[in-house]
Amino acid sequence: MVSKRPHTRKPAALSGAFAPGDPVRVAKRPVLGHCRTPWYLRGKPGVVAAVYGRFRNPEQLAYHKPGLPALVLYKVRFAQGDLWGRYAGPAGDHLEADIYEHWLEPIT
Amino acid sequence: MHDHDHDDHDDDDHGHGHAHPHAPPQKDHDAGPAGAYEVLEEAIRSLLIEKGVLTGQEIAAQVDLMDSRSPALGAKVVARAWADPAFKRRLLKDARAALAELGIDIGTLAEFRTVENTAKVHNVIVCTLCSCYPKMLLGVPPAWYKSLAYRSRTVVDPRGVLAEFGVELPKGVEVRVHDSTADLRYIVLPMRPKGTRDWSEEQLAALVTRDSMIGTALPAAPGKRTPSRKKAAA
Repeated sequence: MVSKRPHTRKPAALSGAFAPGDPVRVAKRPVLGHCRTPWYLRGKPGVVAAVYGRFRNPEQLAYHKPGLPALVLYKVRFAQGDLWGRYAGPAGDHLEADIYEHWLEPIT
Repeated sequence: MHDHDHDDHDDDDHGHGHAHPHAPPQKDHDAGPAGAYEVLEEAIRSLLIEKGVLTGQEIAAQVDLMDSRSPALGAKVVARAWADPAFKRRLLKDARAALAELGIDIGTLAEFRTVENTAKVHNVIVCTLCSCYPKMLLGVPPAWYKSLAYRSRTVVDPRGVLAEFGVELPKGVEVRVHDSTADLRYIVLPMRPKGTRDWSEEQLAALVTRDSMIGTALPAAPGKRTPSRKKAAA
């Protein structure tokens, strides 16, 4: 039986391809139109810090499409030293951003 | 293409089969000729009402709701977290549920997450893509939060930006920047100032500034209240 609700909150639906602690890389690809993956993070390595569950795809919502299937959203943690060629602060400084699953690739 | 304030969007589905000819009363307008944006806003508002997408009452109610949200609301939450460790744990785990305990409805447009400052970590919030901000808790963002300078420099030189706000952090403290790129809105839980052991929640709340909940300031020191706080208390 198919649920009428567009996004389920079942635990199984909340987990995605990655788990906290997994090393990931943000895809380095160009995009046309609305996108929530900042340009400065593309191609950069990070670590999954949290799994937030499924949210409708903003790249479709922006154009009045349903944004389904919903995508797993992750909090990804980046070392500042990996983001910028010449980060001035100490090595312990980090940046965290929320990235949808289709923008993340595993680092093996 | 990124300059798109998605936090302002309201995707509630309003359906009405009847016309509402009356525009809501104008609020907060200065006397004088209307500017281009005012004319545009009025035209769009009139159309939405004419076509039955929204009613004037709904628009007025939303304006009232946003007017009711201000940093004082966030300060109340922070003070409660400082005073009640069990509430703090719930706030960090599930902000939506913890805020509901205080009668604060954060709406359905975004999830909320509280990030805690400690002796080892200082959090600061930015939205590089547009200007996402925890409006349902802090009200309308300050102009600088939406500026290109703040949005671009906070990610690449957070310590430099913080120093300009008067916050200098030791090298041993991790500066953790949160770029709110998606469906979550962040608020910083600042560290409770020393010398406030027996303070009431009301006294504590008076130390919590808007900027301390964005992460660009520390709470006011006890006994050194900011002029605006005094004014607000008067």
